[in-house]
Amino acid sequence: MADFISGFWNMYVMVLVVLSILFCVYVLASNMTKRTKGPAELHGHVWDETLAEYNNPLPRWWLYLFWGTIVFSVAYLVIYPGFGDRNQHRGQIAQYEAEMQTADEKYGPIFAKYRDMDLMAVAADPEANAMGQRLFLTYCAQCHGSAAQGAKGFPNLTDDEWQWGGEPEVVKTTIMEGRMGVMTPFGQALGAEGVKDVASYVRSLTGLAHDSLRAQRGAELFAQQCVACHGADGTGNPMMGAPNLTNKSWLYGSSEATIIETVTHGRTNQMPAFGDFLGEDKVHLLAAYVLSLPKK
Amino acid sequence: MQSQATYNYKVVRQFSIMTVVWGIVGMLVGVIAAAQLVWPELNVHEFLHFGRIRPLHTNAVIFAFGGCALFATSYYVVQRTCHTRLFAPGLAAFTFWGWQLVIVLAAITLPLGYTSSKEYAELEWPIDILIAIVWVSYAIVFFGTIAKRKVSHIYVANWFFGAFIITVALLHIVNSAAIPVSWTGMKSYSAYAGVQDAMVQWWYGHNAVGFFLTAGFLGMMYYFVPKQAERPVYSYRLSVVHFWALIFTYMWAGPHHLHYTALPDWTQSVGMIFSLILLAPSWGGMINGIMTLSGAWHKLRTDPILKFLITALSFYGMSTFEGPMMAVKTVNALSHYTDWTVGHVHSGALGWVAMISIGSVYFMIPRLYGRTEMYSIKLVNAHFWIATIGVVLYIASMWIAGVMQGLMWRATNADGTLTYSFVESVKASYPFWTIRLVGGILFLTGMLLMFYNMVKTIAGQKAYDAPVLAPAAAHA
Repeated sequence: MADFISGFWNMYVMVLVVLSILFCVYVLASNMTKRTKGPAELHGHVWDETLAEYNNPLPRWWLYLFWGTIVFSVAYLVIYPGFGDRNQHRGQIAQYEAEMQTADEKYGPIFAKYRDMDLMAVAADPEANAMGQRLFLTYCAQCHGSAAQGAKGFPNLTDDEWQWGGEPEVVKTTIMEGRMGVMTPFGQALGAEGVKDVASYVRSLTGLAHDSLRAQRGAELFAQQCVACHGADGTGNPMMGAPNLTNKSWLYGSSEATIIETVTHGRTNQMPAFGDFLGEDKVHLLAAYVLSLPKK
Repeated sequence: MQSQATYNYKVVRQFSIMTVVWGIVGMLVGVIAAAQLVWPELNVHEFLHFGRIRPLHTNAVIFAFGGCALFATSYYVVQRTCHTRLFAPGLAAFTFWGWQLVIVLAAITLPLGYTSSKEYAELEWPIDILIAIVWVSYAIVFFGTIAKRKVSHIYVANWFFGAFIITVALLHIVNSAAIPVSWTGMKSYSAYAGVQDAMVQWWYGHNAVGFFLTAGFLGMMYYFVPKQAERPVYSYRLSVVHFWALIFTYMWAGPHHLHYTALPDWTQSVGMIFSLILLAPSWGGMINGIMTLSGAWHKLRTDPILKFLITALSFYGMSTFEGPMMAVKTVNALSHYTDWTVGHVHSGALGWVAMISIGSVYFMIPRLYGRTEMYSIKLVNAHFWIATIGVVLYIASMWIAGVMQGLMWRATNADGTLTYSFVESVKASYPFWTIRLVGGILFLTGMLLMFYNMVKTIAGQKAYDAPVLAPAAAHA
């Protein structure tokens, strides 16, 4: 009786269940009158000038329907988990595990045969690719988009820029273990003006319109505050997921306002881990699919 | 000999007119929500966003439209079948203004984003308290009237109205129990946590369907069907059996909203089997209503009000068959989270609740203004057909969309991967969402006809309060 702090409450509910069913049985059994010949009789009361009631017996088919549902219900409660945690082998957890086991036995080998193949070789295999795409559309498209084009805060997988590294095994690790991306907030450390200066400098790295005076000041601040993660030249560090600021790939956007927001408040982002959920064989196919996507 | 006293029709008139007004408002909001699903661009402002518009729609149609219809008809029926004037007229007037205030507050706070996030119980705690006060006043007026009745037997319609009033009070107070955390921010947290909260919510949610949207409207049916058909109710015995069985079993059906969730297996089983047992008691009401017409079937051809009432019973029978089927876990595994649920709800809400209310209001309006019938029977007939086509389009499109979604979500390829991504099922639903929108617009159009017909019926007429009738000789 794990659902309550004691078995008492479970029994309490089941007693009420039994009483409710017995009540239905009683109401039915006490009204099993048969149709008598001749016209139906009126019950004898009249309300509001015209309202009266016949006292026809209960329709037979309706009675049998009622009895039928009661019999079915009692049997169901006895056979399935109905009285407390009995019959758990017919419960939803057992049902889930049985279905998962059947599926693993049936579909497991289909995925397993690619397990030992090199990721790039799997990526070149059309059949594996089709399976990888189907997995992608089910598990990845919600964030990365059905064409893997990404969205604000969700990386585009069709460019050749990798926040955490694009080597085949690294991509697979990203999917297996997930990633936790954190950019610390610098609003206080830099002050509003300082943040603006840094934003101008960051924009200057990719040749976007910027205030050159601010960018000059920003470069000095960048050298003090940002280099530890983004590197002296701003090319980032895939080991810690620090984005390269010198390419045209922007996770949150390149407008001055967005960069100011990012620097001021920082960013926290998460790629969930799929290893435990999907198993390595499927992740292997997924990684190969991502690697196979044409890169712009 | 008739006594000089008259029935209190004023509050009935007020609620009847507001039934039509809120019906139009609630269904218009529904049409907007349906349009937003077809054209997401219509989510123009946070106040008009689908996530806020949708609870506004459900609250408006259930509690504003349905609620006013229940107040109007129960006040009308309880006076006439108890042969006495309404108890505590001041309190009755308070229930009208209090309920209108609740509705207006809902219409303001929901778009502003104040919500407890409990389905059909979204209103925040200060409004919940107001609802509780209005509801208890309603109970005092209703049962006070029953207590001073001039006949020995309580008419069957009043059993259903009474059960509905008591149970809704219980449901509302228990489910809305919350801890307020802000006086000015209108914020509270539920008194329950985790799966218990979910269970209490759906105990409330399903009984809101069972008692607010079923028992109350069965009360309506038991008065207006025999009145309009001018026939005695088919079976007193059947009404006793299905009344007690209905109120005993509905209470248990809630867990079927939580199949295959963290809710313990045995609780799901109990919810499922009581939903199945509920089939016969539900159909008892349908049989009693439809069979009341035996010997008077020809009236269906000429009387559009009777068409509304009997079609409502047919939809009631259909959706109370569909409901138990959907509560079976195997079926639920396909139907849950799809538009099938939306279709099921609307076959009950439009087909049953709205149609029985519309028929009843068409019955009452002329009588509340000293006339014998509506300004235009032809318009009532037109309303009937437009509404019926609207309901059929609505539920048929949602059935197809729902079953399609369920099948698409579970379809797998030879390698066990899913055949369709979720968004593909969304894309495939668009044609059906468009048909649904058309169905909704038709139903709303019918309500506009009703409004016009009502205004023309009332125009130039003086409010009329019928004299209290002495009970028939059998009771004396």
